[in-house]
Amino acid sequence: MIEIDNLHKRFGKNEVLKGIDLTIDNGGIFAVLGPNGSGKTTLIKSILGMVVPNSGTIKLNGTSIKKNWEYRNDIDYLPQIANFPGNLTVKELIKMIKDLRSSKTADDERLIELFKLQPFLDIKLNNLSGGTKQKVNLVLTFMFDSPLVILDEPTTGLDPISHIRLKQLITAEKEKGKTILITSHIMSFVEEIADEIVFLLEGKIYFRGSIPALKTKTEQSDFEHAIASMLSSSYA
Amino acid sequence: MLKILKYSFFDLMRSRWSYVYFLFYLLLGVVLLFLNNDLSKAVITLMNVIIVLVPLIGTIFGVMYYYNSKEFTELLLAQPVKRSSIFLGQYFGVALSLSMSLIIGLGLPFVFYGIFNSGAIWDFSLLLVTGAFLTLIFTALAFVIALANENKIKGFGYAILLWLFMAVIYDGVFLMSLVYFEEYPLDKFSLVATMLNPVDLSRVLILLKLDISALLGYTGAVFQKFFGTSVGFILSSLMLTLWVIVPTYFIQRMAKRKDF
Amino acid sequence: MNKRFLHSILFFLLFTATLFAQRIEVCTSCKISTIIQAVEKAEPFDTIIVKKAVYKEYNIGITKPLTIIGEGNPVIDGDNKGEIITIESDNVTIEGLTIVNVGTSYTTDFAAIRVVKSENFLIINNTLERLFFGIYLEKSNHGKVLDNTIKGDAVNEYNSGNGIQLWYCNNVEVTNNRIRNVRDGIYLEFSDQIEIKNNKSSNNLRYGLHFMFSNNDTYTNNLFEDNGAGVAVMFSKFIKMYDNVFRKNWGTASFGLLLKEINDSEIKGNIFEENTVGINIEGSNRIEYSNNDFKSNGWAVKVRGACYANTFTKNNFLYNSFDISYNSKINDNVFDKNYWSNYTGYDLNKNGIGDVPYRPVKLFSYIVNRTPETIILLRSLFIDIIDFSEKVSPVFTPDNLMDNNPLLKPIRYDRDR
Repeated sequence: MIEIDNLHKRFGKNEVLKGIDLTIDNGGIFAVLGPNGSGKTTLIKSILGMVVPNSGTIKLNGTSIKKNWEYRNDIDYLPQIANFPGNLTVKELIKMIKDLRSSKTADDERLIELFKLQPFLDIKLNNLSGGTKQKVNLVLTFMFDSPLVILDEPTTGLDPISHIRLKQLITAEKEKGKTILITSHIMSFVEEIADEIVFLLEGKIYFRGSIPALKTKTEQSDFEHAIASMLSSSYA
Repeated sequence: MLKILKYSFFDLMRSRWSYVYFLFYLLLGVVLLFLNNDLSKAVITLMNVIIVLVPLIGTIFGVMYYYNSKEFTELLLAQPVKRSSIFLGQYFGVALSLSMSLIIGLGLPFVFYGIFNSGAIWDFSLLLVTGAFLTLIFTALAFVIALANENKIKGFGYAILLWLFMAVIYDGVFLMSLVYFEEYPLDKFSLVATMLNPVDLSRVLILLKLDISALLGYTGAVFQKFFGTSVGFILSSLMLTLWVIVPTYFIQRMAKRKDF
Repeated sequence: MNKRFLHSILFFLLFTATLFAQRIEVCTSCKISTIIQAVEKAEPFDTIIVKKAVYKEYNIGITKPLTIIGEGNPVIDGDNKGEIITIESDNVTIEGLTIVNVGTSYTTDFAAIRVVKSENFLIINNTLERLFFGIYLEKSNHGKVLDNTIKGDAVNEYNSGNGIQLWYCNNVEVTNNRIRNVRDGIYLEFSDQIEIKNNKSSNNLRYGLHFMFSNNDTYTNNLFEDNGAGVAVMFSKFIKMYDNVFRKNWGTASFGLLLKEINDSEIKGNIFEENTVGINIEGSNRIEYSNNDFKSNGWAVKVRGACYANTFTKNNFLYNSFDISYNSKINDNVFDKNYWSNYTGYDLNKNGIGDVPYRPVKLFSYIVNRTPETIILLRSLFIDIIDFSEKVSPVFTPDNLMDNNPLLKPIRYDRDR
């Protein structure tokens, strides 16, 4: 369970999060949406401890994450841009991440098989294409069995087949009872998999609820239009 | 931290730059010893390299590594690893690989030259240890600068400025103040001013050990008295260590507060 | 004809005198047990043999031509009471004695062996220890001081004496002596035509060798090491300094060689190594410096005003912190065809001579002269930069001071050492 209470974050003069209160219960897929600069990534990074909030608390299963790092053992994170130390090979990178989380058993073999990464295992990460890197990124994220999964733009650079595999993977994880946090710009993708939407606007939560609830609220039958109407009404 | 250090170190050991750096020192050592066969001249050149080039390379390499491994850092930040361990691990990874390139690169030619059979082994070790210290110091300072500046260009600018200050400007100001206040007793002042800049401190330490002709005469005697004794030597080593510890502390502090 | 006859007579008299000369032995159990007794009893041209023992004697006055020879290292112990041997006669030889504990006084210069107004003396193979003055030659000519060892225990300049002192002497040879721990190793005042060879003068309080108002002297092949200053030549003329070694004269006011008011001399084939200042020159004119090695000195040559028409040719300047230093902008001295290890020029026509002139005076040496503490910045990058800019456009240093023909390789001399 994630409990976020009155979270504020400022970068210089730019106030990105203006008091976020959010409670996410265990289990289910939650999509964090919002226009560019609305604070999606900042929110996610706050949960991960990569961004240090100005005020407010974040608790994970009842414990504050402040000055704590072990809690990240319970989180799998897929960063937005997949860039790795260039002089390592894929195999070494996987080994290294496993090494850093030595307490857990990893499921890398199956995932390598799934994304057909065997031919790339001994190639240095510098020499991989963007799509392949994203696949490696996915392997690194899903190979551990953590109760919380955070995916920042997971579909970037993926070919259609991998895209489908990713969806299957996310669904499978959900079935295990995990909590999954996703940001994405691909609305069809969100509509397809998300159980609940958290819509951020100018550093505040503008809407929180299921997709049908959103559609009802905005009186739109189409999800994409519902989002658009929410945006235009707020700018009006 | 040791795990991060290990990976940073291996990552660097495979990078082209480490080899370039290593080969540069190897070549320098070979040229100085075997082609020029004039040991006195070799020592002077070597000292110039240690006090000018080593800080410069440490600074640039430190800043470069920090900015280039930003994504790697972010990947690590999401892992269950302590923040300060990540940065300290990376810092020591860079500093150690640079120091090793220096020590092995310069050491090999000297070993083949037969340094182990000569009395110069201690003086030569002092040269290498000083070089290693300067690498540690300037890489740490580079990390501090990089942590403080998101902007790559700015970071590089400040790093170069820092080097320029330590290697050139500081001495300029030092010289001006000595000449300006020449009527006053300046022994203590110049001792302190030397101790405060790691580049100057290293230069004086090496000069007193290797280049006997250099600091003779009046003030030379004063400095010989200070740096020649074990108290002076311990104090200088302490000062150099302090120069490593303080920036390292800042790395840790800044790493704790920084957003990514 | 008449003169020649007189000469023959004189020679005959001398010959017979030597023929009838006696040997007198001195030992503790002999009939004659003190040297003073022996000297009293002896006729001119006798030989006194001093056997191995310790003789507590001082004020031994020799007023007739005698030869005194020590056998098996006899020791004369003066018990710090005064002068030991005073020679006031021509043709005296002192050989093989060990003289210790010469008296010290603030009013009289007591010596181990003093020669007064005498000629043809020979002082050979003696050992002098714990002394005030060692061998003191006073208005004496045509003598030799050979193979002596003089070892003092001087601590302060004001109550210590010199190893070998020459005062108003001419034509004396000082060879193969080893002198240490006295005030001046060898001191010459108003002494001309003196030849000083193969001596080793070290660890002396003041100078290894010191000239005052002495002309036409030569010193060759000597070693001056660890002295307050190696050699000082002051107010003298026509001195020849060949093939000497000046080493390790370190300290605040230390020099290998100090020249003050000296003209028309030659300095050739010497080695100056690890001195604070190799040569310090003040008010010296028309001196020729050639074939010298200046190696690892703080300053190889320090010129302090009023030095004209000196020439420096074919010297090696090797790894000195500063090659030449000047305290003025005026230069009337010539530097030509020297080797400078700090030279960074090139030689495109391969004639062994650099194509760009070398400027031996650096801006930094000018600064250090002004503010000595700045030496701490030696070899720093900043100093290299300002030295370079001064080299390009001289502001503080004499702009005509340069070696137009700097050699690219050190000169190799055939030294017999």
